[in-house]
Amino acid sequence: MTNAIEISDLHVSIAGSHVLQGVSFTVPTGGVTALLGRNGVGKTTTLRAILGLVASSGRIQVLGDEVAGWPTHRIVRLGIGYVPEDRDVFSSLSVEQNLRLAESGSGANYDEVFSLFPELKQRGRQRAGTLSGGQQQMLSIARALLNSRPLLLIDEPSKGLAPKIVSEFAGVLERAAQHSTVLLVEQNLSVVKRLAQSIVVLDHGEVVHLGEVSDLDDPTLVRQLLGVAGAA
Amino acid sequence: MNIFLVLTFSGVALGAIYFLAASGLSLIYGLMDVLNFAHGLFMTLGAYSGYEIATRLPTSLGAPTLVILAIIGATLFGGLAAGVTELILIRPLYGKPISQILITIGLDLAVVGLLMGGFGSTALQIPVPLWLIEPTHLGGLYLPNANFLAIGAGVIVLIGLELFLALTRYGIIIRAGVENREMVRALGIDVGRAFTLVFVIGGAMAGLAGILYTIVFSGDLVSPNQGDSLLIFAFIVVVIGGLGSIRGSAVAALTVGLLQQYTSFYIGGHSGWAQIGDLSTVLLLAVVLELRPRGLFGRVA
Amino acid sequence: MRRPSLRAGRLTVAVLLGLFIVLPFIGLHVPWVLPGTLDIVNSTGTLEVLALCFMFAGIAVGYDMMFGYTGLMSLGPVLYFAVGTYVFDIALTHWAWPLVPSLLLTFGVSLVLAVVLGAIALRVHGIAFAMVTLAFAQAFYFLVESNPHNLTGGDTGLSLTYTRLPSFLSGAVSNTRNLYWIALAFLVVAYLIVWLVTESVTGHVFVAVRENELRLDVLGVRPYRFKLVSFVVSSLIATGGGIVYILVIGTAVPSVVASTTVTLSILIMVVLGGAGTRWGAVIGAIVYVYLQQYLDKVGAEPSFTRLPAVLRVPLSEPQFLLGAIFVLFVFFAPGGIAGLVLRRRLNRASAATLLSVFKKS
Repeated sequence: MTNAIEISDLHVSIAGSHVLQGVSFTVPTGGVTALLGRNGVGKTTTLRAILGLVASSGRIQVLGDEVAGWPTHRIVRLGIGYVPEDRDVFSSLSVEQNLRLAESGSGANYDEVFSLFPELKQRGRQRAGTLSGGQQQMLSIARALLNSRPLLLIDEPSKGLAPKIVSEFAGVLERAAQHSTVLLVEQNLSVVKRLAQSIVVLDHGEVVHLGEVSDLDDPTLVRQLLGVAGAA
Repeated sequence: MNIFLVLTFSGVALGAIYFLAASGLSLIYGLMDVLNFAHGLFMTLGAYSGYEIATRLPTSLGAPTLVILAIIGATLFGGLAAGVTELILIRPLYGKPISQILITIGLDLAVVGLLMGGFGSTALQIPVPLWLIEPTHLGGLYLPNANFLAIGAGVIVLIGLELFLALTRYGIIIRAGVENREMVRALGIDVGRAFTLVFVIGGAMAGLAGILYTIVFSGDLVSPNQGDSLLIFAFIVVVIGGLGSIRGSAVAALTVGLLQQYTSFYIGGHSGWAQIGDLSTVLLLAVVLELRPRGLFGRVA
Repeated sequence: MRRPSLRAGRLTVAVLLGLFIVLPFIGLHVPWVLPGTLDIVNSTGTLEVLALCFMFAGIAVGYDMMFGYTGLMSLGPVLYFAVGTYVFDIALTHWAWPLVPSLLLTFGVSLVLAVVLGAIALRVHGIAFAMVTLAFAQAFYFLVESNPHNLTGGDTGLSLTYTRLPSFLSGAVSNTRNLYWIALAFLVVAYLIVWLVTESVTGHVFVAVRENELRLDVLGVRPYRFKLVSFVVSSLIATGGGIVYILVIGTAVPSVVASTTVTLSILIMVVLGGAGTRWGAVIGAIVYVYLQQYLDKVGAEPSFTRLPAVLRVPLSEPQFLLGAIFVLFVFFAPGGIAGLVLRRRLNRASAATLLSVFKKS
């Protein structure tokens, strides 16, 4: 199995608008692939389609299985850890309970997670809704890392966080990427450059560029594809 | 003053039954977005299965044993009926909330129709031990014994439900699912099983509410439409308490039960005001909606 | 393709309408389709059943505008129906008001109630809205049951006194024909109102509210006002139906005209016929009322009593059969009778057009 994810001709319509219009790309096993593009081009929808959270048509292969039409929990059990865009921690549950929900089988590795985020251990009994944004993101990432999954789907981990915390998270993800394949949606190009090897760029629901992370060193290309200055 | 205390006592008992009826409804809605119209049916089925048990088993068992068996049977049968309903009727329509409501309406009509055909439209009497009809003399007050039964059941279920939701894995899944069903799925959890479980729990509580209402408030009478009229108050309690909140249901159920008892005694005696007890609950609902559209304990709209 | 079918549809409607108008003059004998004493087409009993069909059809098409078009699942239409029967009945019977002031009062009360209660109920959405409207309707049921100032007659109900009505409206058997025509006229008026509203820009906003309310908000349209309009117009039509009911039947009893059963019947009619299609609601209502009468009569026939209990009990219980038929429809034909005929959604296109209109402006 050379590719962790293979997507071809993926279409998604949400409330009458055609959000993904024939997206095709692959995520090679091992390493980090970054999914890039401006706001609202369908990056999050792509992740959600892979997880079966939105109805889609087209071919989706995850970790060797054709998963189109599968219920979400079956797809996830193939070995996916998911960090959603808005963290989506369960605010009425405690930190411990949030982690407990993420446990699958006997493989939960609390030592690893608590060594990455010692704060979560101290705050075990605190309600997740009362955590700060950064702490909630820790919890969300911890949930995804708890079971040492072979594939991680991570949606904008740096969104709305202070630079110091962002770099801390980048370190954690770097460590995680040593034994998991990562598909990362990220707007912060310095994080992308630090973590990713290959890049996929979406625009208006279509793939407009497939390449290496070094492509991002070309400011003209970056401006053309992402509409931002490359130095960000 | 004495009358006020007795009213308070029976208001709490009524509130306990409303809590049993409403909390399941609220959990089902919170987790699955299903407005379960068949919840009234589960109450009625509970009452009828209790009737069958209490009348068909040999009287040599003794009235107290029979009534306990009837209560247990009503609870189990309510849970069973609800579980089957979820698996056969609700599950195939997942993602179509309107169809799910409609199917529960159709089921309610059809089965209540069957009950009318099978048992007749007139009310049937459940035999109960004398003790349940007599009052207890306590601190200068005569308190109806049946009220103790309702309050006891309500308290036990409330504590049990809270512990279940706080401590067990399925309890946590249910709470998480009420908040964000999608994310529970994205953690690799089959929410469908939690759906069935919530229906079974809700149905069991409804069955219990149905038989208790019969014993405590309707003179031991069982009739095909009793669950549907209780359902209206359960709806009111659920909306006041906030959809999906157990604690909200408990507080709202107590409030509604007490309000109903007080108003119907103090105002309902005047001519033309006989229904003020029932009416006041709707007024309370309107007031709560104006002040807090999400209900007392509601989180997200 | 659209034009000829539209013309054919209008022709069918015109022919059917003409047929129903002259029906009271036709003394046809139809033994199987209309059971029991209803087997003569223009008998008093048959005309009364048909009047009920038309009355419910009018209410159903009004409900369809709110439920099928606007996506508002109110469980309280019975409230406005009962206001129609009771207020009109009370004005005539207790206060001996003439016809026109009674009508004005009835619609006035209904309008005020619909605006106030609708404004409160629409503060919540979806399921909560359904529950709240149900509770309000139930409150009215409690109210009429409690017989305030001996106005409603409580459980036993209130019979209409016809003396203050023009003689052609009196409850005498010879006037059943007139009442039949009034019910038919009510259906036509209700249908025309709903047709005019749903075909207007307002009606297109209704569909857009149903399809994607949030998006309308983004486009700067306040869905709340449109939902309230839909709710109020639909409620007023139900009130009209209530007035027709009391004229035809002559008695208002809480368990018959004010209980949730009426609401559920209306909802079932609309779903059975096909929500969001107008004519589907009409067909659904007629089929429902007809089936209810038919099953009731058939269940009482002697050949039925010979069946074993396992079959006889369910089959002689109209409520069971209607519930079961409804469940089957929801499962296998969620588009109702209209859906079976059309097999495609008609209103998607108009919603899409509308949203694009808003985007441009």
